[in-house]
Amino acid sequence: MARLRVDQQIVAAMVEPDTRVLDVGCGDGALLHHLGRTKRVDGRGIELSQAGVNACVAQGLSVVQGDADTDLTAYPAGIFDYAILSQTLQATRNPDGVLRELARIARFAIVSFPNFGHWRVRWALLATGRMPMTRTLPDPWYASQNIHLCTVTDFLDLCRSLRIEIERSVAIDRRGQVLGNGRTPRLANLLAEQAVFLLRRS
Amino acid sequence: MAPSSSPIATVAAASDPQGRDSLGAALADRPLPGFRLTLDAPLQLDSGGSLAPVTVAYQTYGTLNAARSNAVLVCHALTGDQFVAEASPITGKPGWWEGMVGPGLPIDTNRFFVICVNVLGGCIGTTGPRDVDPRTGKPYGLSFPVITVGDMVRSQRALIDHLGIDQLFCVIGGSMGGMQVLQWAAMYPDRVFCAVPIAAAVRHSAQNIAFHEVGRQAIMADPEWCGGDYLAQGRQPSRGLSVARMTAHITYLSEQALHRKFGRNLQDRERLTFGFDADFQVESYLRYQGRTFVDRFDANSYLYITRAMDYFDLARDFGSVSAAFKGTRTRFCVVSFTSDWLFPTRESRAIVQALNAVAANVSFVELVSDKGHDAFLLDEPEFLAVMRGFIDGCAEHRGLARA
Repeated sequence: MARLRVDQQIVAAMVEPDTRVLDVGCGDGALLHHLGRTKRVDGRGIELSQAGVNACVAQGLSVVQGDADTDLTAYPAGIFDYAILSQTLQATRNPDGVLRELARIARFAIVSFPNFGHWRVRWALLATGRMPMTRTLPDPWYASQNIHLCTVTDFLDLCRSLRIEIERSVAIDRRGQVLGNGRTPRLANLLAEQAVFLLRRS
Repeated sequence: MAPSSSPIATVAAASDPQGRDSLGAALADRPLPGFRLTLDAPLQLDSGGSLAPVTVAYQTYGTLNAARSNAVLVCHALTGDQFVAEASPITGKPGWWEGMVGPGLPIDTNRFFVICVNVLGGCIGTTGPRDVDPRTGKPYGLSFPVITVGDMVRSQRALIDHLGIDQLFCVIGGSMGGMQVLQWAAMYPDRVFCAVPIAAAVRHSAQNIAFHEVGRQAIMADPEWCGGDYLAQGRQPSRGLSVARMTAHITYLSEQALHRKFGRNLQDRERLTFGFDADFQVESYLRYQGRTFVDRFDANSYLYITRAMDYFDLARDFGSVSAAFKGTRTRFCVVSFTSDWLFPTRESRAIVQALNAVAANVSFVELVSDKGHDAFLLDEPEFLAVMRGFIDGCAEHRGLARA
């Protein structure tokens, strides 16, 4: 089993044991597998790529082939404790709709995404005049799956307008280190290469 | 038999010179392997009536463990039989799921106790229209009651009761077998630990009913069908049944698979004959499929079983598909194939959506194959890998030891 990415490790730490979890965009199932082993969660996944789904089911995970943009509506309200969307929000067609659905079907939503407000991204755009390519945004603009990139500040604004509360937030710098608490959102928006949020309906 | 001028007439001619009951002859040839159980009580039918006596013919592989927790019920499709993992005693051809069921295979007979039952209305040992009606002393024919997938499952449940199995570890099957899987999970949720409906649907589509109707009309249009009384009259509607099979067989394949296999290649000839002989390989192939089918299947069984599939509609029976699975604790794995146009992926997706709506534990895979509906019967490596993973994962949750 592949090692967890740093954002997945932070997501995993937010999940309480013995809960019911939906991982939206679960990829090869690494996080679900980890949560099953370490937290005894009743885990489910949705994955767009067929190869990912087949890999998950072949290792005994409960995963359906599906699309975050269209298939979350099938789930009844509140049936999961956690709905996880790691590094997927920026690739959805309707991030606001997906976020609303996550908050509907689960008590908590956990969302991680690359921060387009990171100083390196800002600098790359300013200095080169070209779409930035960084470690978290490795593809050229024409090949990128990321059609709705946002900054931490954008995300906070969206949550506010959707009446979604932020329970916890974790900013991760470019060395994969968690930035200390006590920083203002403005500073986090500058220093975080990626961010993880634990969210709840208000 | 004189050479025939009609292309249809040539279809069944070779195997059926006297219009004799070729399946009956094959069945009489040697005793059927496996087991038979005659049910104690009359079987209550969805049509309102009941049927007695009912005999179910079944075959098993592997050993039932002491806890009786390792039983896998394999449900066969329209023209399948109970001989999943051994040569058919009728045709001598390999078992229909020998790539899936056997020692070390995804349904591992070293580990699981595998049961497969010939469906109610069938013709390989389980009570069906070719059996003798004890009230008249003659074969039922069309006096056999119209049965449903629910009736099939009810008869299987009686067998599972008889075997002393409280909960089946797994119920699995493709096509009509998948319908039985869904019916089992809907009717007896506590008796199914995990369920694998493959290339199936929650109801038979209008197009599928239409194809079945063509097949039934072909049988009934054959004068040898005799209004369903052909057995008593020593006849056999081979031509009608062959045409029904030819039509159905096309629906089990895909345009791509037919093209790859045959293209426009000619059959044993250099040029077109400008006649209605089987110029093309694809025609010859279909005629062969039709011709051999009549030696292993009963025409009236074909009518009854296709009807049962047509009537299958979980939403009608339970109010809605989700209601059929409300509160289920069964773990599901829904499987479809990209080139299956008889039970396309959207039908499987509808199963998944209904299961998601009741928060069921469900996996869903769509497998890439150009082999059409029949892909589930073929040794597709990725399909076998996914099945192995799902079944092993469920076995772990069920606490079943590895083989």
